Amino acid sequence: MVDAPPTALSSRAVFTARQITKVYHMGEVEVPALRGVDVELYAGEFVVLLGASGSGKSTLLNILGGLDVPTSGVVHYEGEELTAYDDASLTRYRRRHVGFVFQFYNLIPSLTARENVALVTEIADQPLDPVEALKIVGLGERVDHFPSQLSGGEQQRVAIARAIAKRPEVLLCDEPTGALDVKTGIIVLEAIERVNRELGTTTAVITHNAVIADMADRVIRLSGGRVSQVTQNEHKRSATELQW
Amino acid sequence: MVIRTSSLNRKLLRDLWHMKGQAGAIVLVIASGVGTFVMALATLDSLDATQRMFYENNRFAEVFASCKRAPNYVARQIVNIPGVSKAQTRIVLDVTLDIPEMPEPAVGRLISVPEHGQPGLNRLHMRRGRWIKPGGDGEAMVSEHFAEIHGLVPGDQVTAIINGRLQKLHIVGIVLSPEYVLQMRGGELLPDPKRFGVFWMSRRQLEAAYDMEGAFNDVTVTLMHGASEPEVIRRLDQVTEPYGGVGAFGRADQLSHNFLSEEIRALRNIGLTAPVVFLGVAVFLLNLVLARLIRTQREQIAALKAFGYSRREIGVHYLKLICLIVGIGVIVGVLLGVWMGAGLTRLYTQFYRFPSFRFELPLNVVVSAIGLTGVAAVVGTLIEVRRAVLLPPAEAMRPEPPASFKPTVFERLGLQRFLSPVARMILRKLEREPIKAALSCLGLSMTVAILVLGNFMSDAMDEIMVTQFEVAQRHDAMVTFVEPSGVQAFYDARHLPGVTDAEPFRAVAARLRNGPRHKRVGIQGLRRDTQLNRLIDTDGQVVSPPPEGLLLSNILAQRLNAKPGDMLTIEVLEGERPTRQLPITALIDDFAGANAYMDIDALHRMMREGPTVSGAYLAADPQQTDAFYHQLKRTPGIASVALTDVMVESFDENIAENQTRMQMFIVGFAAVIAFGVVYNTARISLNERSRELATMRVIGFTRAEVSIVLLGELAVLTVIAIPIGMVLGYGFAAAATMGFETELYRIPLVVHRTTFAFAAMVTVAAALLSGLVVRRRVDHLDLVAVLKTRE
Repeated sequence: MVDAPPTALSSRAVFTARQITKVYHMGEVEVPALRGVDVELYAGEFVVLLGASGSGKSTLLNILGGLDVPTSGVVHYEGEELTAYDDASLTRYRRRHVGFVFQFYNLIPSLTARENVALVTEIADQPLDPVEALKIVGLGERVDHFPSQLSGGEQQRVAIARAIAKRPEVLLCDEPTGALDVKTGIIVLEAIERVNRELGTTTAVITHNAVIADMADRVIRLSGGRVSQVTQNEHKRSATELQW
Repeated sequence: MVIRTSSLNRKLLRDLWHMKGQAGAIVLVIASGVGTFVMALATLDSLDATQRMFYENNRFAEVFASCKRAPNYVARQIVNIPGVSKAQTRIVLDVTLDIPEMPEPAVGRLISVPEHGQPGLNRLHMRRGRWIKPGGDGEAMVSEHFAEIHGLVPGDQVTAIINGRLQKLHIVGIVLSPEYVLQMRGGELLPDPKRFGVFWMSRRQLEAAYDMEGAFNDVTVTLMHGASEPEVIRRLDQVTEPYGGVGAFGRADQLSHNFLSEEIRALRNIGLTAPVVFLGVAVFLLNLVLARLIRTQREQIAALKAFGYSRREIGVHYLKLICLIVGIGVIVGVLLGVWMGAGLTRLYTQFYRFPSFRFELPLNVVVSAIGLTGVAAVVGTLIEVRRAVLLPPAEAMRPEPPASFKPTVFERLGLQRFLSPVARMILRKLEREPIKAALSCLGLSMTVAILVLGNFMSDAMDEIMVTQFEVAQRHDAMVTFVEPSGVQAFYDARHLPGVTDAEPFRAVAARLRNGPRHKRVGIQGLRRDTQLNRLIDTDGQVVSPPPEGLLLSNILAQRLNAKPGDMLTIEVLEGERPTRQLPITALIDDFAGANAYMDIDALHRMMREGPTVSGAYLAADPQQTDAFYHQLKRTPGIASVALTDVMVESFDENIAENQTRMQMFIVGFAAVIAFGVVYNTARISLNERSRELATMRVIGFTRAEVSIVLLGELAVLTVIAIPIGMVLGYGFAAAATMGFETELYRIPLVVHRTTFAFAAMVTVAAALLSGLVVRRRVDHLDLVAVLKTRE
């Protein structure tokens, strides 16, 4: 199954994944997480990966992000075969091209907001200024606060700033609002939306919350380790319009 | 109930297995402490008991005195001194021995014993052969150690120069004496059983050979219960003084006993201090590990409480874990201690000659080791256990709130622009837990300090060797004449084959007084321009004996509470026994003995005598050593010879071997502490920060970069610990020199730069190695899992 490219955006595929399978060995039991997934992500698009827990969406995101390798199948990133990379090359790939946002923020507690961002900008080639990145997520006033002095939503926005500060080609977010209430969740989604719109970063957001799918260009639904449906949103809604 | 406790115990064993690396490191530290404790105290016990039994069974005397020649009836006066229980008079003489396979001469000490059997005091323990026969010509019993080294057995002969005549000593027995557990001669740094042998012969023969019929020159006494030793010594001095008495002394100053007591004292010090250091480190590590364990098991603890486990059961559970680790540590430690103790005992039996000396492990030592370690561990970890006990179940179900951090001192000083985020992470972590950081640092400092202390001894020995044998004593031999002689004796010595230079010396016994303090010493008169026995003052400068006045060794000045410029009263105990007042002109920095020096001419004037000599310092051509030695052995009139080369060699032999062995243990122990501290700190750091480190890996940091965050903290601690440890080590060394200082010898406080460097290197290497072991775990960080779950 080959998806039609999204209309308004570029037709250049950043990622091409073919026949991805992933089997976890839990002791003597084999647990298949992905059972042959074909998927593309196109430059600049906002994709939501929707699925119940255990559907394989996190596994897919981890493979695209270079955190995990598939049991079989091939992933191409910008024409390069990601699945042929060794550990050092994968590290380099993550360092140069990928921005991650996690469910539990994963900030370094001993570093301030600015320093958490600087941690990444120091190893990046053409980074944003850390303060500038924080301004993009609306935290220009709280740059010198430590994580313990920030609310959950603020911490997540610092995490987004950290992810985008290196000007990544792709932004991968794993349940970014999973640990947040509605109001803060929306503020975080707004930040992600803005990054996608203003910096043109290809963005993939994992969620089990179907409402969030409304703000995507495309929604890829997974269930049982397979892609069950790909839909194109005719009318994208902005994060502020969402309710759940 | 049975099922409940047993599943909790299973958890305990699994927890322990899970943290086996950390527990293992702690076990090693505990084992090192317990091992040293057991080794020192058990050996001490054995040595102490063996010594006491030997002394008692063989009636070792308590006060010793010698004189020139006292008629036998003086013995009655001695027995009548209040407080004296028994007295034994005898004849004691030092002679030159000619041992066939040994080029250099040896010194034999001949001691008279009754022909018909054991003397009243200082009885001999017969190892082989028989007692001397009445009328047996030249029969002698020899000390075991000397006999062993030279392969002497009953039936063999040794040549001695007795009163100027070559005489054969026929060995009939091999014996041990409580007076010579160590065969050591006055004025030497160490026992030398190869070149100093003790022979017991019939009194009748020695009387005849030395013109001592009806007289004695040595007396030993035992004291009645409750008698005052100083008072007996004073009265004994009064009695012997008219007969050329040179001062009585108690057991504490008896060479063999003194040396043995020092060893016992050193063992006691090791046995008491080492465990403090090791257990201190162990308790700190236990604390660290337990705190971590309880933090990660908050939810488990809450669940257990929710199921109905009592606080007591939870407390006991964690105490059991501590006791299990400590128990294994103690078992390993006791085994280690037995092994080391048996080794030490074997080493001792080479030096110390007792009828029997075996290593035994007294139960009370084991019990103390268990008690000491157990109490230290439980008391040291009680706070952490309490924390687990008091954890409210509901709160424990929630994860711990995120750690709060603040800018460090550096940053508040405005230095943050010099610091990268990684550097800030490291510094803030350190500042957030200053006590933990300080204790880790202290542990590493201890490693450095132990290494400095361990190696300082060989630096001090080097210093002694260099100062004593290269700068000061530049003679090859010191010969002592049988009696103070005229210059002809000196010229005879001067003309021995191979002698290139010679200087005479005059030695007289005297009592030095400074107010209430007094001390009997030998005053040596040296030529003012002496080159063969130079004197080094406390600033390391060569000084000459002054035309008028005295040079005093530092130790002696301390004993007399005198300083340069003070006037001392000198009561000469020989010849016409003049009394004079002389000023101290300078202090001498020598390592052995309490010595006083004068200009030889001034000494002659004080003695109102002509150019009399007691002996000579000789320099010899190394090419002609054999001829020199050969002639030395055969020169009548020479009572004894001290050879510098031989002294250096025996010094090297004895010290070097022990030093190497000691060093091995010390490096091992130090490495154990460094490993324990670094490994545990790094492991816990890894656990606590695995989420942080995994995040960094995910956002593109390499393994090496992530390792810097993990190990940087330890690197900083190590760097800080090294100078602190050096200072601590220097302090330990200073304390050790003070502890070792006796009237017999002094150890200089010298620590070479190489010792400091070595200590730093070993510490860094141990830290690096244990850091790398933990670093390998960075490679196995599960990036995906650690991001999903909240800690």
